[in-house]
Parts: sequence; C-alpha cells; structure tokens
Amino acid sequence: MNFIEAKDLKKYYKSKSGDIKALDGLSLSIPQGTVKGLLGPNGAGKTTAVKILTTLTTPTSGEAFIDGVSVTAEPEKIRRMIGVSGQYSAVDQKLTGFENLEMFGRLYHLGASAAKKRANELIELFDLVEAANRPVKGFSGGMRRRIDLAGALIINPAVLFLDEPTTGLDPKSRLDLWKVIKDLATNGTTVLLTTQYLEEADRLTDSIAVIDQGLVIAEGTSDELKRQIGGQYIEFSLVRLEDIEQGEGLLQSISNEQVFIGNDGRTLSVAADSAPEKLQTALKLFSESGIELNDAGMRRPTLDDVFLTLTGRQAQEDEIAK
Amino acid sequence: MTLSYQVDVKGPFNQLVSDSWVTTKRNIIKLRRDPEIFVFTLIQPIMFVLLFNYVFAGAISIEGGDYTQFLMAGIFAQTIVFGSTYSGSAMAQDLKDGIIDRFRTLPMNTAALLIGRTAGDLVINAASMVAMLITGYLVGWRVTSSLPEAMLAVGLLLGFSYAFSWVMVLIGMSVKSPEIINNVSFLVLFPLTFLSNAFVPSDTLPAPLRIFAEWNPVSSLIQACRELFGNIPAGTPIGDSFVQQNPLMIVLIGIGLLLAIFVPGSILKFKALSKV
Repeated sequence: MNFIEAKDLKKYYKSKSGDIKALDGLSLSIPQGTVKGLLGPNGAGKTTAVKILTTLTTPTSGEAFIDGVSVTAEPEKIRRMIGVSGQYSAVDQKLTGFENLEMFGRLYHLGASAAKKRANELIELFDLVEAANRPVKGFSGGMRRRIDLAGALIINPAVLFLDEPTTGLDPKSRLDLWKVIKDLATNGTTVLLTTQYLEEADRLTDSIAVIDQGLVIAEGTSDELKRQIGGQYIEFSLVRLEDIEQGEGLLQSISNEQVFIGNDGRTLSVAADSAPEKLQTALKLFSESGIELNDAGMRRPTLDDVFLTLTGRQAQEDEIAK
Repeated sequence: MTLSYQVDVKGPFNQLVSDSWVTTKRNIIKLRRDPEIFVFTLIQPIMFVLLFNYVFAGAISIEGGDYTQFLMAGIFAQTIVFGSTYSGSAMAQDLKDGIIDRFRTLPMNTAALLIGRTAGDLVINAASMVAMLITGYLVGWRVTSSLPEAMLAVGLLLGFSYAFSWVMVLIGMSVKSPEIINNVSFLVLFPLTFLSNAFVPSDTLPAPLRIFAEWNPVSSLIQACRELFGNIPAGTPIGDSFVQQNPLMIVLIGIGLLLAIFVPGSILKFKALSKV
C-alpha cells in the first residue's frame, strides 16, 4: 500500500439545482517521500479531495488512508501526522508571526518552551526574523504565505498538504515559495500539492494527477503526460483578431487533430506529427489568404496542451478572465 | 529532518484545559490590539451610565427612591448582555477567515475553541463591569448592602452574560456572514433588555408587555442585583408573582438552563460543520 491511498472517493452535496458531485470516484496513490500534484481548474474537486484527506470533511463514500491510518475512522491520529497550508492564509491576522506559530505549537501539544523554541526556529528558517513581532495583518502576500507554511511545519509532519500555495502571489514571491517547497520535498516529506498553474506542477512535482469534474482523468510525470498527447505543435499568432476563424478553418483543413484557439484570441495551435511540413503548408495557405502573422513556429507540448487535449478547456481560464 | 516532537500534555481533560487556555490567550491578545473592542468594552458602557443617568434621572421618578440607584443594575445588565454578542461575530469572522479550518486540522480538542471564545467575552465583560462600577459610583450610585452581596451581584451579571455568550456562539456558527450577527443580536437583545424592568418598573407597562417583562430572565437578573446591591428602598412594592418574589433563584436556574442547552448544542453544531 502506498503512503497515501485514496479509493473511489465520492462527495455529493445537495443544492437547490440538484446534486453537486464535487468528487465522483477519485482515486489517488502517493508513494512516501514524493510530491504529487493535483492539477485542475477551479471547481474540479482539488480542494474537496484535500479537505477529505485532512479530516475537514467526510466523503459520501469511498475511503482514504495515510500510512495505513483511515482518515474517516481515526481522524485524531491523522491530525498528529499532517501539516496543512491553505489557499487562504489561515493564520490570525491580529497576532504576530511568532504568536501564531507559538499558538500552533501549543495546540500540537509541544509544551510551552518547546513551542517557543520551534516558533523561533521556523521564523529563522523562513526568513521572517524582522517581521516576527509584527501583526500578520501588515505582512506582504508572500510573507503571509511563508508564515502560513511555517505553521504547517511545526511538527515536521510526515505529510504536507499545500492547497494552491501560490495562488494570488506576485511572480517574485511565487519563485521564492517554490524554492522553499522544493527544499522541503528534497528532505523526504510526502507532499500533496494542488494547483491550477501548470508551470507550478511542472516544476515541483514528481507526479501529476489531472483532475476534472471530480475524477482523475490522467496521471503521470509531466514528461509522460506530454508524451501521451504526443509529438510536436505548430503555432501561429495572427496580426488581426478578425482573421481567427478563417485561420482556424485553414489549419483544420490540413490536420486531423483539433485546432485550439488561445485565450488571447489570436493564437492558433495544433498537434502535428510531421511538423516542419505542416508548418510550410500552413504558411503558404496563410499567405495566399492574406492572413498576416506576428509569429509562427514549432514547439514541444506544454502542460497547457495536455490539459486542453484532455478536457477541451484551458486550465487557467478564470485567472485570465480576471 | 526527523520527527522531533514530543507530546507534552497527557490525558483528554488536561488537553482540553491546555487548549482552552491557549485559545483564550489568543482572544485576549486580539482584544488588546483592537481599538474598536476597547471602545466597545470601556467607552460605551461609561457613556451609557452617564447618558441614561443624566437624561432619564430628571424625568423619571421612582416610588420611594432615587432613579440613579434604580437605574444602575439595569444599565449593568443591559451592557453586559450586549457584551456577549462579541462571541457570535468573532466566531462568524473566524469561520469566514478559514482559521477555524486550520484549527480543525490540528490534534487539539475543538471544544476548546468555543471555551476560549466565550472566555474572551468574559474578559471583555469583566472590564466593562469595572468601568461601570466606577462610573456609577462617580454619578452617585451606592452599594448599601455588604461587600459579599455586591460581589455576588457582579458574579450573577458575569455568569448570566457568560451563559448568553454560548447562545451567541451558536448563532455565530449558524449565520452566513459576520455582519448578520449584529443585526440578529440587535433584534433579540434589544427587546430582551428593554422589555424588562431595566429602565422603568415593569408594572408601568401595558399588560402584554408587562407579562413579558415580568417573565423576562433579564428582569430577574436586574431585580436580583438591585436587591443584592441594596438599591431597593424599604417599602418599594415588589410584584407578587413567583418570578418577582424569587429573582435570585430564577437567575440561577436561567444560567443553568442556558449552559445546559447551549454548551452541548454549540459543541455539536461545531462538530457537525465537518459533515458539510
């Protein structure tokens, strides 16, 4: 049995417009010491899966085990093994960084002096010494995430759950946090990370489960997933937005694969086995039709392509819509 | 890195006591940092004592006595019952902020969160009580009984408000947003404190209101405190219904009932949150 094992988890909610299936038979296996990424758009069921594994909610059916301990039968035991850092910084805004960590330490029952000692260690480890005695309210977004993450590491947990750890962070803070998470992973902690950023999953995880509508629809390393959807891509960026439909039609006429339109409304891409030939043909067609191009080329598939191919939807639609 | 963590607290009871203390400490630290709470806790009660005393004392006369002596127990009770609303809004806010979810992933006894919450209210109310006792003294209110009786009266006020905090905690877990709490509590607490004998003797009220005021536990609390503070002049008529004759017993039963219903009720409600 794997260190984390979830079998056929279902979670249904009643709502006025009928049953909502947050999870619809999700299964996961995570070996000890590895980082697993749950990748999916908003509402795919990532957070629900984490909530069940962290004892915050119970599944409608199915079961889950961490190190052989049942999440539903022995939640108290699970809580002594896990650390959780959430999507929203769940620390007390009015308390200082130190007070928050000390409080969490006491609630893990470390004892008064051990809790103080551990709080100081973590503050140093996470480079928060200067801010340690200021209320968290005044922290930057990146600092809040760091103190939140520090709170999840009080007991050096066997399993660390990170629910969208960098959502809403600026690029610099995101890179900083990635480094911290990477370091933790190399120390042998088993990590379950949810994200809607494909780059994040690509960088941090050993294995990725792509989730959509409460189910795992694909699983493997990022390379495996890319290989699964195969080959190379040809991609074009159009000068005029109004040419997009004509361009899509032209590409579709020379390919059996589905042509995708990017979120910017001017990028067309399609998988191609003999990419150089297809590229030449396409360029000729575009020029005959008077469609001007900003850019054209071949590229390896990204996790975006994986997601798009598997679900027919872009992973980060919501982010870009904002 | 190796697991270097030792459990220091043993036994479920010690654990509950320790967890409750930690969460109470959290709430006390927050109180100190929140200027709004400071105003709510100290300035507002002082203002109420002064306002009601100087605005009403000239206009309302109490048979056989002085309005300031009559009024004070009423103001104390009203302020302190309103003090219990902080539990409700703080609970709703914590749930909204997601920190409750964090606590629920820790190996702590979650009942401690509710105990810490209500204990925080008790601290607020104790501070308000001191502010009002001093202000009351300055405007001429006097305790004419003995120190132990006066202390019992203060104990009743704090005990009643503590029991009421558990009601508000349950409401705080049941509403969708912290803002609703203030409106809900206003709707419940305003009638409860005004339709009482706090500002005028209940026998001056029209019949349906008079009956409500007589049976209102806040009236019993106020009546019991007036008696214990020695604020009822000899010869003042006291209603002859059972509740008016035995206010102390009614208050103690009331506190007992509130706690017996709402402590387990709140804990069950809190545990049920995880089923959602």
